[in-house]
This record gives sequence, structure tokens and C-alpha cells, in this order.
Amino acid sequence: MAKVTYIEHSGKEHVLDLAPGTTIMEGAVKNRIPGIDADCGGACACATCHVFVDADWIEKTGKLGSMEESMLDFAEGITPLSRLSCQISMTPELDGIIVRLPAAQH
Amino acid sequence: MVDRIVIIGAGQAAAQAAHSLRAGDYQGRLVMLGNEGLAPYQRPPLSKAYLSGATGLDRITLKPQEFWDQEHVETYFDVPATELDRVTQVVKTSDGQAFHYDVAIIATGSSVRRLSCPGAELAGVHYLRNIGDADGLRENFLPGKKLVIIGGGYIGLEVAAIAIKAGLEVTILEAATRMLARVAPPVISTFFEDLHRQAGVTMLNNVRIAALVGDKQVRGVKLEDGQIIAAHLVLVAIGIVPNAQLAQAAGLSASDGIETDLDARTSDPHIYAIGDCASRPLVHYDHRRSRLESVHNALEQAKFAAASILGLPRPVEEVPWFWSDQYDIKLQIVGLSMGATQSVVRGDAASRQFAVFHLDGANRLLAVDAINMPPAFMVGKQIIARQGHLAPARLADMSISMKEIGAGA
Repeated sequence: MAKVTYIEHSGKEHVLDLAPGTTIMEGAVKNRIPGIDADCGGACACATCHVFVDADWIEKTGKLGSMEESMLDFAEGITPLSRLSCQISMTPELDGIIVRLPAAQH
Repeated sequence: MVDRIVIIGAGQAAAQAAHSLRAGDYQGRLVMLGNEGLAPYQRPPLSKAYLSGATGLDRITLKPQEFWDQEHVETYFDVPATELDRVTQVVKTSDGQAFHYDVAIIATGSSVRRLSCPGAELAGVHYLRNIGDADGLRENFLPGKKLVIIGGGYIGLEVAAIAIKAGLEVTILEAATRMLARVAPPVISTFFEDLHRQAGVTMLNNVRIAALVGDKQVRGVKLEDGQIIAAHLVLVAIGIVPNAQLAQAAGLSASDGIETDLDARTSDPHIYAIGDCASRPLVHYDHRRSRLESVHNALEQAKFAAASILGLPRPVEEVPWFWSDQYDIKLQIVGLSMGATQSVVRGDAASRQFAVFHLDGANRLLAVDAINMPPAFMVGKQIIARQGHLAPARLADMSISMKEIGAGA
């Protein structure tokens, strides 16, 4: 299991232990963490699971796929820390990762 | 005061409605009635990653049971509604229960259109709508087997992509002059026909089915010209029909789907209808009434219904959108092209990265079909939402970025 800390836009924190292979998006939507919509269910088709990865962790999440990069480019308020959370699968290396959620996904 | 809500159905629309009601601080009784014996799950993967075995039921299940329990949703996943009594405001179920409602939400979804020709009842003839259907197909996906798919729509093409990769011999039979004829422009049809042919799929257009042949087990598909296409298994993928029987029996307005207003409310103010089973006016298209078969529609109508029931502001309406995954190709569609008089291609089909923009006579953008080109999809969505107009020549000019085009529309 690997630990993820989600920080809502309001500052409220949630900590989850996720099985390897589970995406950060899945962890949120299946555990009552508000702030990630994931309308398309993880197909990288809708850009409604945008998160800001903590600066200390962004490198470890790896390179963006071309679809993700292209979709993210049009999400609201992106920064160099932006990722689509359906594209980050948990690995032992990501144990402890922190992500911050935007005010809205639409 | 609304204190008892019954949701009839347990698909994606039903799940979103329950979720949105609780998120909107609804504290009354909330009942969800399903007929599949399973908690709500995502259907799109049934013709994609679930069918290929890349993902399992636990991952496509929308919420774990604990979620529904914690949200105090009374779930009856194997107790379908059998009657909607509007006079006494009661939903009756198959096991003889009666649920009183202040508001009922019909989210009964759709059913596959069935084949009616001789031989349609033979063993080995499959449909694809629910998880059991997908499991039934998947266990027959053995290398060397001959699969004939009747219907060249999105489901047929997505299944073909999975089946050919699993080593089956695949033939698609389509009645129209091209694949995806009902849902995509010719340039997109040609692109996908080429893609599937290169992968080894046999595709036949302009085909009329006379019968399915075999003893007990299907052995082939007989065409009207007498030709028989050999088959070990057949998938019939010729569309869906809305499950409106319960609503019609209760006297609600329904023709092609249960008719609803902008808030997803039916002709009875105590009853809403959402998702595949409903038809709705579309604000971006002069309030034209449509029945949309998509995840976007299921989620959005559920949110409209929840907001209306709770007296909250109506969420901003999105332009309808849809996607399809085949091989390594992602098709994203936004908008409805009905009424378009011109289409402009941006990019080159040979590069596997292009988009088709559909405009009306006044250059107003109505829809975009994007192949591996998210900027066209995302910017198109924004432009359609504000009913923007575009110069066709600029759209086709790849030296102008989609962001610039969007800013000028």
C-alpha cells in the first residue's frame, strides 16, 4: 500500500492508503474525497481530474503522456505542477505523495 | 417538503443523482432500485478495457458499497421497479415492496435493439449492454475463432479492435454505405475503416442480413444475396432503445425517450427522468429535443435533477461530448452536427491527428470530431458553448494554434 495525502481547495486534508496500480483519481472518487469529478472514468478524455502535485513529488510522477499534456493545456488554472490524476498510478516510489485539488473541475 | 426520493435504476445516471443529492445536503430517505444485482458501474469500458481484460469489475464499479452505506442510500440492486403509481406516489417492485415517494427519478437506461431475422435465437449470438454480456463475449474470445459483428457503430468497432488483438478473425457487417454512418462524417468513417482494415478486420458495407444459420449454435450469417459469412460467434450491435415502458404505463409523455424539461423534470412535476431513457431540450441548439446516449448526458441530467429537487441553481449546461477508444486512437466528439452545412478538416488523416469542424451556413460552430487532437476538442467545446463563429480558412490553417483560433471566435 502507498500513502496519498489529498488537500482540498479549502485546506482540508485526507490521507488514504492505496493499492499499487490504483490511480490517484480512483482513490479520491471511491473514498468520498470531493474535488475530483473524473467524468470519463479515467480514459483521459475529459480533463476533470486535475490536481496540483506537491513540488517535492512532481518529478517522481514521471513524464506526461502526449494526450494528457494536450488535455491539461486547456484545464482551468494549470501550473507546472498540474497533472490529470487518472494518469498517476500508485507505486511504492510514490508512497507519501501530496496532491492539492483545484477549486472546481468544470 | 421532499423527504422521500426513489431512484428507479442503478446505472451511472442513478449513481450521480444519489451522489449529487447527498452532496447538496439532502437528508431525507433515498432509495435506489436496480435490476443487475450490482452496484452502479461504468459501461464504457465494457467495449474497451474491461472486454480486453485490462481492467476488472472492482475498478469499473463507480463507488464501493461502503460509500452507499455511509451516504445512507438504501440500495436494492436486484429489485427492479414494476409499477409507478402517480396517484398514490408509490413505486412498486418485483418482490412486492411499495416505496412511497415525494420525488421519483427514473433512470432506467436503455436496452439493446434486438435482431428479428430467422436464427436470431441461436446460441452464440451475443449483445453487449451489461457486465454479464461482456463476460459472455470475453470467455469466447479465443484465437482463431470467427467473430461476425452486425452493426458498424461505436460498439461494433470498439469490440472489433479488442477481438482482433485477441487473435480472432473479425468481420463487420454494416447496412449503410459506410461504418459510423449515423454518428460521424464520411472522413471519420473512412479513417476508421482504413484503421480496422490495416489491423486485419474485414468490413462490408451495404449489407442486408437474411438470417443467422446453424443448428443450435450459430455457424454463419446469411446475407440477402445468398452469401454465408462463417461465424463461431455473432455480436449484434445495432443500437439501443430507451427503457420508457414504466413511464409510459404511468402516462408520462414519452416518444423517443421520456420527455423532460431543462431541469430533467417529466410531465409530472414529482417525477424526473435522466440518462439514456430521457429526451431533453439542448440550450446550445435552440432547445431542440434530443435523446443523448452518453456518460456526459447521464451525469449532467442527474446534476440538473438534483439541483432542481433541492432548489439549488441549475449547473451550467455543457455542450454534449463523447469519446471512443480504438487501438491507439482516441476519438473525441463535442457538439451535435445536425444542421451543419459545411465541414472543415484541420490536419491530415494520414498523420493520425486531425479534426473535422462542422459549421452552419453563418459559420457558427456546431460540432467537432477530433482524432488524437485534444486541442480541437477542448477549444471547440468552449467555442460551441458561447455559440461562436469561425472563419473556415483559419480552422484549416495549422500554422494558427487552436488557442489563437479560440481567442478569435
